[in-house]
Amino acid sequence: MNRFKRFTQTFGMLAAGTGAMLAWAGPASAQDTFKVGIVTFLSGPAAESFGVPAGKAAEFVIGELNKGAGPAPYNKVGFGGLKIEPVIIDENGGATKQVQELRNLYQRDNVDAVIGYIGSGDCLAVAPIAEELKKPLFLFDCGTPRIFEEAKYNYVFRTSAHATQDNVGLIRYMKLKNIKMDTFSAINQDYAWGQDSRADFVAAASQLYPNAKLGSDLLPKFGAGQYGTEISALVAAGSDVVYSSLWGGDLQAFILQSVPRGLAKRSQLVLSAADHVLPPLGDKMPDGVIIGARGAYGLMSPKTPLNEWFFTGYEKAYGVYPVQAAYRVTQSILGVKNAVEKAMAKNGGKKPTTDELVAAMTGSEWQSPGGLIQMKNGDGHQAIQPIAFSRTKYNAEKKRVDLVDIVNFEAECVNPPPGVKAIDWIKGGMKNDKCK
Amino acid sequence: MNLLLTVILDGLIQASWLFVVALGLTLVFGVLKILNIAHGGFYALGAYLAATAVTLAAAHAVPPAVGFALMLVSGAAIAAAIGLMMERGLIKLFYGRDEVVLLLVTYAVFLILEDVTKLIWGVNPIYANQPYELFGNAEFAGLFYVGYDLMLIPLSAAIGFAVWFGLNRTTTGKIVTAVIHNAEMSASMGVKINRVYALAFAFGVMLAALAGGLTAPKISVQPGLSSEIIILSFAIVVIGGLGSVEGAAVGAILVGVARAASVHLLPQAELFMIYLIMAAVLMFRPEGLFRRETARRI
Repeated sequence: MNRFKRFTQTFGMLAAGTGAMLAWAGPASAQDTFKVGIVTFLSGPAAESFGVPAGKAAEFVIGELNKGAGPAPYNKVGFGGLKIEPVIIDENGGATKQVQELRNLYQRDNVDAVIGYIGSGDCLAVAPIAEELKKPLFLFDCGTPRIFEEAKYNYVFRTSAHATQDNVGLIRYMKLKNIKMDTFSAINQDYAWGQDSRADFVAAASQLYPNAKLGSDLLPKFGAGQYGTEISALVAAGSDVVYSSLWGGDLQAFILQSVPRGLAKRSQLVLSAADHVLPPLGDKMPDGVIIGARGAYGLMSPKTPLNEWFFTGYEKAYGVYPVQAAYRVTQSILGVKNAVEKAMAKNGGKKPTTDELVAAMTGSEWQSPGGLIQMKNGDGHQAIQPIAFSRTKYNAEKKRVDLVDIVNFEAECVNPPPGVKAIDWIKGGMKNDKCK
Repeated sequence: MNLLLTVILDGLIQASWLFVVALGLTLVFGVLKILNIAHGGFYALGAYLAATAVTLAAAHAVPPAVGFALMLVSGAAIAAAIGLMMERGLIKLFYGRDEVVLLLVTYAVFLILEDVTKLIWGVNPIYANQPYELFGNAEFAGLFYVGYDLMLIPLSAAIGFAVWFGLNRTTTGKIVTAVIHNAEMSASMGVKINRVYALAFAFGVMLAALAGGLTAPKISVQPGLSSEIIILSFAIVVIGGLGSVEGAAVGAILVGVARAASVHLLPQAELFMIYLIMAAVLMFRPEGLFRRETARRI
């Protein structure tokens, strides 16, 4: 009995001692790291075009920042000396699932902030949750203008411009290049992104091309994949311009099916978000198609040291150049880094509290590989950014689609001013004195 | 006039591959009396297998025409083999049980197939569009059409005719028809019912995979194909009448042409069109347009 008692006492002391040692020499405390949830499509229809490139870019950029290998002004290790600890999760599965996943990130994984969401429906669903939990959320990609136009948030930010710039910019580009558009047709997916994009494009067209008539106006369902009949209708309409906001697999299928049928020869194709399909399509993409990339991204990105670091680094790591989603998650990470370091400069170098981080982020601006990002709209929570448009031209030597005739637009030229709803700004004539 | 021709042709192109899918579904129902939800899974499997065959053929410099033949045969053969195993190893355990149980079993297989395709081919779209250029282009009613699409119309008509001929003009077909009408009586006359069931099921899912293979060069092959197609093919067999070859043909043409007409004339109604036709047909013919007459049992 005594022997048993002695054994348990010894064992208990040993266990307690070991525990104390482990606690003392344990993992880095929450004060030394900045834990960030990254939410992106790792599966599903948006994975290949957007989700996976964004995930790869996040891994690459965070890896570089943790090594202190970023270019100035991003050469401090991690976020202001705090190592960045990413938790990457899949955005696939619908808005209800994402709401639960976001709660898990904040409450179970104890992340300091979340950077995420590509789907507009997901963004609309998760924003109120972050607000309710009083935790910082940085939306990095979704397009719908409605996030900050229909609600006010303190803890939620969107670090990229919404879809209005894609369509206003497209119309401005066409006007600048004297594209004839007496008639136009449209094909867009029948959900938030397709409908919002179409509404913006039609409204912007009515301003700069007041006499243009809308011919065939098609809204096939998301993921339709077969567009034979739609292509017949578009070719038969014979409009000067065919506009589309299709993306990913749907856009690729549409291009593959429409090229042999001469649609690109009969009408000028203009695509609001198409840079991501250029690498997979290659020579299947016709020449002369006007495309946007949702920013000054990929082959339209500016020649700066910061972009050089990102573009070549990503290309070296993954064997393909970065496109829109990769750029967008990067500008979000750099935006958070900028805000954390700004807050730390104010509080004497301590890890910032949520409120300090939110205050530093609100209305901030920072340089990204795609140009200057400014949190000017949505009471300092919604970014505006420069954007570029161009035409496709296949380069047989490099075996890739090059982009020519590139035009850059200032952020204010393609985004509404603070406090004005996008659609009202467009219908009011898109007035701005910063446009060429 | 041009518009009418365009609508008809667009409708027929769409109807052609839908018909092949629906034909398999209706055949399985006719013989085994089960609504096979896994049918959509076999369609997707056929598309993925075809895409793989085309990619491999292109990589090994096989002539495109041979690649095309390989694409169709490989998908259909593998699907038929899996179908045979599925019927013998799983479905047959549930014969005589409530129809709902079998519906759940095939739904489970549908989910498994969906995950298996993701496991093997991943989640990214796959392209296999080399055969799409095999048949050139043709001008019709002032529009260019891809030869491949036009080729689908006679091909599916030939498949339909072959199935009809097989069922109505051959001894095996007569036996199958007898089983469709009265399995018990056929068994007592010495027909090996189990064999008929297994072959009919394998043949039905083979048609689904064949249709998947035929559409693979036109589309980006990606997850979600299976659920998309199962809804469409169910609508077609319900319109045409479960178990009827002629019904599947008429149903497919109705759906294809109505959809084409709405895209050309009233795009807003396109999504709703299929269900409108279904409701209209079922209101007047609850059994579908071509439901077989069944003898009353005493």
